[in-house]
Amino acid sequence: MEKIKIENVSKIFGRHINQALKLVEQNKSKTEILKQTGATIGVYNANFTVNEGEIFVIMGLSGSGKSTLVRLLNRLIEPTSGNIYIDGENISKMNKKQLINVRREKMSMVFQNFGLFPHRTVLANTEFGLEIRGISKEERRLKAEKALNNAGLLPYKDQLPGQLSGGMQQRVGLARALANDPDILLMDEAFSALDPLIRKDMQDELLDLQQKVRKTIIFITHDLNEALRIGDRIALMKDGEIIQIGTGEEILTNPANDYVRTFLEDVDRSKVLTVENAMIRPISLNIDIDGPKVALQRMREEEVSVLLAVNKLREFKGYITADDALEASKKGENSVINYVRTDMPIVPPEMYIQDVLGIISDSKTPLAVVQEEKLVGVLIRGVVIEALSSSDENEGVTENVSIS
Amino acid sequence: MSQFLDFIPKIPVADSVEDAMDLLTDTFAGFFDVIKKSGKFSMEFVTDFLVMIPPVLFILIIAAIAFFATKRKFGLAIFSIVGLLFIYNQGLWEELMNTITLVLFSSVIAVIIGIPLGILMSKSKVAETIIQPLLDFMQTMPGFVYLIPAVAFFGIGVVPGVFASIIFALPPVVRFTNLGIRQVPKELVEAADSYGSTGWQKLYKVELPIARPTIMAGVNQTVLLSLSMVVIASMIGAPGLGRNVLSALQQAKVGNGFVAGISLVILAIIVDRLTQSFNKKRQ
Repeated sequence: MEKIKIENVSKIFGRHINQALKLVEQNKSKTEILKQTGATIGVYNANFTVNEGEIFVIMGLSGSGKSTLVRLLNRLIEPTSGNIYIDGENISKMNKKQLINVRREKMSMVFQNFGLFPHRTVLANTEFGLEIRGISKEERRLKAEKALNNAGLLPYKDQLPGQLSGGMQQRVGLARALANDPDILLMDEAFSALDPLIRKDMQDELLDLQQKVRKTIIFITHDLNEALRIGDRIALMKDGEIIQIGTGEEILTNPANDYVRTFLEDVDRSKVLTVENAMIRPISLNIDIDGPKVALQRMREEEVSVLLAVNKLREFKGYITADDALEASKKGENSVINYVRTDMPIVPPEMYIQDVLGIISDSKTPLAVVQEEKLVGVLIRGVVIEALSSSDENEGVTENVSIS
Repeated sequence: MSQFLDFIPKIPVADSVEDAMDLLTDTFAGFFDVIKKSGKFSMEFVTDFLVMIPPVLFILIIAAIAFFATKRKFGLAIFSIVGLLFIYNQGLWEELMNTITLVLFSSVIAVIIGIPLGILMSKSKVAETIIQPLLDFMQTMPGFVYLIPAVAFFGIGVVPGVFASIIFALPPVVRFTNLGIRQVPKELVEAADSYGSTGWQKLYKVELPIARPTIMAGVNQTVLLSLSMVVIASMIGAPGLGRNVLSALQQAKVGNGFVAGISLVILAIIVDRLTQSFNKKRQ
């Protein structure tokens, strides 16, 4: 269902706005307008719709107008022309009181630098939206504590934001937005100020959260990898114009123009691909039950010289080579437990290929992919190189998009 | 050349200002009279009350406030005890109380007028363009000049002294309030707006609390400026330590002037450190 609809929305900064607007209506180019009137175009004739429950990513470099565009949605910046509909209601025509009500009930915003009030505790920050709405003290405390609890931050509720790390602060920012229970979340470069590892965690958390709460999310970012990871659909902006809208796959496989193409070249495949995308099915041996004869039989069957050793809970224990299995068999042993080698490196499935490259080139053996101690796959050098080189066909990347 | 300059007759600025003042004084005579009488009454009441408190008790109270306000450090508390004892010892206790009343009234009124003005300035560009030059004017005009309308409106005594002090002490608190609110990070203002705050909610819940340290710095400046007006205000009959400085000046008595001056400095240091520590404590 259609949640947000943007129709011919433009934002012009500077003087001679009316004159500039007329030129916009005549479909004059931005540079032409700047030359004739001196007005700068923030957003130029934007059109799109966002469906309910969708993560819609607006992506562009700095100065492309993406932050302006998201602020037009809740009218923190007044649109110069055009219509913005939320649930069919025209936001751009609302009076102050109606607008305040929409802001209070329909949408909450998460900010790049968290936008937390330094003089309020974490709890008081989380309560802010409810407090503004005039909800009773007990009720807002209950809701805010619930939101903090979901973010795992309840123990910190009496601290000031300045005492928390960046990642935790942004969790508070998100909890504050969710405590309000809005239909729409506006996230303006919400994770851009966080360091890469934390950022990735937050992206995962957002996706998990989205599974549960199904909000309509407008997510602003300048990071294509982030856009591909979390966006159901992506709008690419340049100089205030939206130049392409589509799923990550559509944009990657069918860039609208040269600008999009050059933008996409910045995507480092090794940064987008994770171990999970490149790993293959492990050929394993249950060392609690199987002996050397079974091991040798399986190696013949699968045409490999190494088996991964797991116990009956499928927990990773090491690996067995064909030579060792043969020796155990000659000695007439019933178990291979004493022949299990443990020098195989372990990587988690969500690790980026980029970070694995160093490990895999140093290792004599393939890498075991282990999640919560259980063996889930194996990473072989040849497959990794294949995955990276398949960038020409964009296969690896699109595959990743569909997974995430 | 000078003939050419003399061609323009002297513009009667002084005369017209005087006429305007006369008009004001005559028209609002009743109003000024009410202010003068009620002001004088309430200030005398406060001074009498302060004088009534036994000096030992007063000194101990100030020392206790200083002790707790400075996070339980002894420095300011000891300084307050020694300094106030010195003033008492020099026989200037009543003058001190008069001065405290004068500073109290003028700075409280200046803050009551100044903070809303500063808020208005921060919210409205029109207000800022009007008030800004007025503040510049008030700050560059020598303090003595304010004595003239003060006398015209209120005669002589403590009320015109407070009036002149208010005008003299007003600018910092207005400027700092304006500055403090304008310096609230844009993202926090946006956060307040995006959650649907009304203008008042934004002001009370976000802008004023965040601007408070800056506003308090302005309040501190205002208090000190009103203290510095004490001597000048004594020229139109305001009682207090200033009068002692003035009479020492008129009679060329260096010693008396020094004692009264040092007493003022002691008061200024205590007041300054106290207002500053209130600010720090709440941050």
